[in-house]
Amino acid sequence: MPSRISPLAITAYTATCAAARGMDALARAIDARTSGLRPNDFGADPLPCWIGRVEGIEASPLPAEFAAWDARNNRLAWIALNQDGFIDRAKAAVAKYGADRVALVVGTSTSSIEETEQAYRTLTPDRHLQPGQRRPNVHQTHSLGSFVQAVVGIDGPCLTIATACSSSAKVFASAARLLQSGMADAAIVGGADSLCGSVLYGFNALELVSRDPCKPFDANRSGLSLGEAAGFALLESITVDKFASRLAGYGESADAHHMSAPHPQGLGAQLALNDALARAGLSAREVDYINLHGTASRQNDEVEAALVARTFPDSTLASSTKGWTGHTLGAAGIVEAVMALMSIDRGVVPGTLNTQTLDAVCGSQIVLDNRQRDVRVALSNSFGFGGNNCCLAFVAGDRA
Amino acid sequence: MNDAIDIVIAGIGIWSPEVRTWEAAVAAFCGNVEIDANAASRPAPSVLPPTERRRAPESVLLGVEAAQQACEMANVAAKDLPHVFASSYGELGINDYLCETLANAPLEVSPIRFHNSVHNAPAGYWAIATGCTQSSTAISAGDATFGAGFLETALIVAASGQPALLSAYDVAAIGPLRDVVACDSKLGIGLVLAKNHAAPVATLRVRHGIDSAPPRLASGRSVLHASHHENPAARGLDLLQAIARKESGVIRIAAGPRLVLDVEILPWSM
Repeated sequence: MPSRISPLAITAYTATCAAARGMDALARAIDARTSGLRPNDFGADPLPCWIGRVEGIEASPLPAEFAAWDARNNRLAWIALNQDGFIDRAKAAVAKYGADRVALVVGTSTSSIEETEQAYRTLTPDRHLQPGQRRPNVHQTHSLGSFVQAVVGIDGPCLTIATACSSSAKVFASAARLLQSGMADAAIVGGADSLCGSVLYGFNALELVSRDPCKPFDANRSGLSLGEAAGFALLESITVDKFASRLAGYGESADAHHMSAPHPQGLGAQLALNDALARAGLSAREVDYINLHGTASRQNDEVEAALVARTFPDSTLASSTKGWTGHTLGAAGIVEAVMALMSIDRGVVPGTLNTQTLDAVCGSQIVLDNRQRDVRVALSNSFGFGGNNCCLAFVAGDRA
Repeated sequence: MNDAIDIVIAGIGIWSPEVRTWEAAVAAFCGNVEIDANAASRPAPSVLPPTERRRAPESVLLGVEAAQQACEMANVAAKDLPHVFASSYGELGINDYLCETLANAPLEVSPIRFHNSVHNAPAGYWAIATGCTQSSTAISAGDATFGAGFLETALIVAASGQPALLSAYDVAAIGPLRDVVACDSKLGIGLVLAKNHAAPVATLRVRHGIDSAPPRLASGRSVLHASHHENPAARGLDLLQAIARKESGVIRIAAGPRLVLDVEILPWSM
């Protein structure tokens, strides 16, 4: 078991997804139970499914100074950075600590491959990229990290984590180690993943996509709905703001089982959960809310529901918020970390949208309706291809 | 503020078409041998089951081979090591396949090639092959990917006190992506880093700083430097060369656009 870590203050956070841009709109969407899912209208000849598409990305090119990074994914990151004054908070951290003392860790699964897909649809007759597409910044995984780094002006450690659907959860773990080591005084974490042909047709080929809006943990669930999202958070010492909610622990593990299916007994998920609780110095019975991975795939939900049922008391509430957002893949970690933080800060536990009849494997913890609830400890689960798992533990700051 | 990280290298692995073992790399760094550029086209890491060894994409074979060699030299159980797989571009062959297929016949996308396209596919295959349930990470940091991966691995060691594994690799671009990806070679470097080890390969003190002009790779330094000048994993070659030659001193490695790691190789005790 890992030993306890020093908690870190989360002094700013924001998220943008199909259901809402920014925190006020997201709170309203949760309270009104307004889903962001809609029939697939992405690309030519769209597959018959539902998607969580962020409105207006196509009409919002990046400012000219960042044209080298212009791509759907970076536009989405830019939209998110500009919500809730996050970009100003990030730049203020750079001004306060120094550019070399601020770290940046972002997560994505497919980064801006959507731009590469477009480039391949418009090749020159002799199979070269069109001159306007010869932009190295967008045709690589680190496109997202290098874009945010340039926007905020960071000289400290800067990397992109790409572990599929756990990517932007693991950014919190890497940032915690960077701050713990003294390499940086503050860290900007986050992630972005946008809709693209690769994931729509790839998940379709794996037969994991539902024709209907996703219904996490429903006995009659039929697969996931893909979505796109971006979000960011700022981590600093708890001495900066003792009232801010805190990252208290993280757990990372591998299933060592299969590339695209979870371990049937949830071995890796359990290890990640155990490590997150150990680093936070918490026991399962102290957990008020868990934002579950809950993709609405048959296997994920069965394994995850069993894990929750056997580990947590009845007093713990749990839900999947993917009915609002769709499965936002590499952005799911940050979006659902934000959902967990919101539950602490608002005293509202979101339910599980779209789901009508819980699968029999679910324990009493999984809730369908929103609940008013004082939340002091909230967890967020993120699991990805390769059997890659991450669990985050957040706790309330001091209460006046 | 700028505390040094004291760390040892417990094991090294390297694979390129010219050099398939650390022993061969030492000879190459010391200028002792002629390199056979056509020696092997694909690594065949024995830790993978035979089917996967045959079918796995090149980046998986390369990342896993470098990792396996490093663990064998360190004489540590691979299943116990948190691991960081670091690659600038990931599986460029599958990216080319996916983009080409999506442009022409999207419904024909292969499910296996799709799940092999994730950046953490080599890390996933490694965890499955070795039965490792420890933390498994895949990162990218552009031209500074080797340095960023080295730092990530060193910080896992510092935080846990336990050894950790770095595998840094990139494969050559194919198809239209060659217009924007200069990488034209295959190179994988594996390192097991630890707080201490019974028989360390090298003892390091790592500091960090800012350099407005981070070092470029010196292309003339060794045959490997010349062959892999455009491969981001080659940013680790200066460190490996100094170790091969048992040189002490400071090797500067880019870890970001301006962030550098100054890796001091402490005097050799033998």
